[in-house]
Amino acid sequence: MPKQQANWSPYDNNGGTCVAIAGADYCVIAADTRMSTGYSILTRDYSKIIQLADKSVMASSGFQADVRALQKVLAARHLLYQHQHNKQMSCPAMAQLLSNTLYFKRFFPYYSFNVLGGLDSEGKCKGKGCVFTYDAVGSYERVGYSAQGSGATLITPFLDNQLKSPSPLLLPAKDAVTPLSEIEAIDLVKTCFASATERDIYTGDKVEMLVLNASGIRQEFMELRKD
Amino acid sequence: MMKIDFSGLDPSLPVKGNAEDLDDEILAAPSFKLPVTVDFDGFQKAAVQMVKPAKGTTTLAFIFKHGVMVAADSRASMGGYICKALLILNLYKINLYLAASQSVKKIIEINPYMLGTMAGGAADCQFWHRNLGIKCRLHELANKRRISVAGASKLLANILYSYRGMGLSVGTMIAGYDESGAGLYYVDSEGGRLKGTRFSVGSGSPYAYGVLDSGYSFDLSVEDAAELARRAIYHATFRDGASGGVASVYHVGPGGWKKLSGDDVGEMHYSYYPIEPTTVEQEMADVRIA
Repeated sequence: MPKQQANWSPYDNNGGTCVAIAGADYCVIAADTRMSTGYSILTRDYSKIIQLADKSVMASSGFQADVRALQKVLAARHLLYQHQHNKQMSCPAMAQLLSNTLYFKRFFPYYSFNVLGGLDSEGKCKGKGCVFTYDAVGSYERVGYSAQGSGATLITPFLDNQLKSPSPLLLPAKDAVTPLSEIEAIDLVKTCFASATERDIYTGDKVEMLVLNASGIRQEFMELRKD
Repeated sequence: MMKIDFSGLDPSLPVKGNAEDLDDEILAAPSFKLPVTVDFDGFQKAAVQMVKPAKGTTTLAFIFKHGVMVAADSRASMGGYICKALLILNLYKINLYLAASQSVKKIIEINPYMLGTMAGGAADCQFWHRNLGIKCRLHELANKRRISVAGASKLLANILYSYRGMGLSVGTMIAGYDESGAGLYYVDSEGGRLKGTRFSVGSGSPYAYGVLDSGYSFDLSVEDAAELARRAIYHATFRDGASGGVASVYHVGPGGWKKLSGDDVGEMHYSYYPIEPTTVEQEMADVRIA
């Protein structure tokens, strides 16, 4: 009997794009709301963003079943942390938790491409925006902005052009957060999605934006092309 | 015939104990859920293709009179399939080779007197170096003295050996300063561990070796050694497409490690090879004045 190839895959790609930008005292996290499979659209109204803690928000594209499982694991771990330490997890701590959670499935990965955004709450960085970007198995780094998902290749060069910040590895160190104001950053994000929608079939319908700053968190929607 | 039970020695088996006991969780080798599949290797190959860990790099380290010099670039490239390739119908594969990041930290600070370099899978290197840092700290607390570089590299090598064949990709150098002086070990995911005085790892390593080997001398001063390391990384990034970004140089001495420099390799090019105005332009300028 000839060797049979696997004809069922545990993975699927539901498409979508996520973007996050860190500012001096704010953080913008955005994701489109289209969920697709193959050439079909499953729904136009699906949120890829979740608020994990007071000051941490995660947006993920890829396989939404894995994303949902990952969100549940992180939410449960955060609850445990709150019970044990009587405080909310900081964004950098959540970032490392996400990295470890992803790596513990190193041999059966979460097909989830994440960006974590929030406000730093330690020491002299208190209140500064922070964005962490991940690959699917948990390698991560703190950056000033990031895009993940099907539209990432379209958006990243544009953000590089508009926001290119000095590398955090340079010595003497230069600040990585963007000098843009909150309004300008939100405008930039809207532009990114509008352009990505034009060229990427998996991005469109609506973009959901969450903005974290000192006064709290607010949500905004913008309509995108539905074709 | 009674068989001797070696399960207690097996580092990859989870330590039996209370699940809530955090100590057990930290001390035991992390236990990973494995996919239930007939073809583990095929699944791993496909999974690695899908997640394509960030790779491509140049790192180097060498021992000299004043300790160890460690340097690395900062580019991470990622090739991968966008849409899943295991489906029978509709195989719509896009192979992507883009620079996933220009600012990946490839020199990992295990503790204040030991550094690890990253080459291969970024997640693998980050996770296991962090795990090594935890183990080194526990050793310090248990034995009231710092762990030696030989000991730390052995801990890492043993762990990687136990995951041999499962698709981890780690090519790392452990550099540190302990009671017996400067120490440098190369450890990889095949389970190899080598002690040495000069190493370079990654896709750009042949180029870095060329510059490093020709300029090396044990009696270099700290500044000269740093410049040699920086230059070697620059030349590797020039010729190797998978290396680039920022060249970081660290020095590990008796007092611990210190970051000496972080320079953008694009700018380094113009400082080493400044543009001279060409003779044609010079003539045109002269004509205009006349």
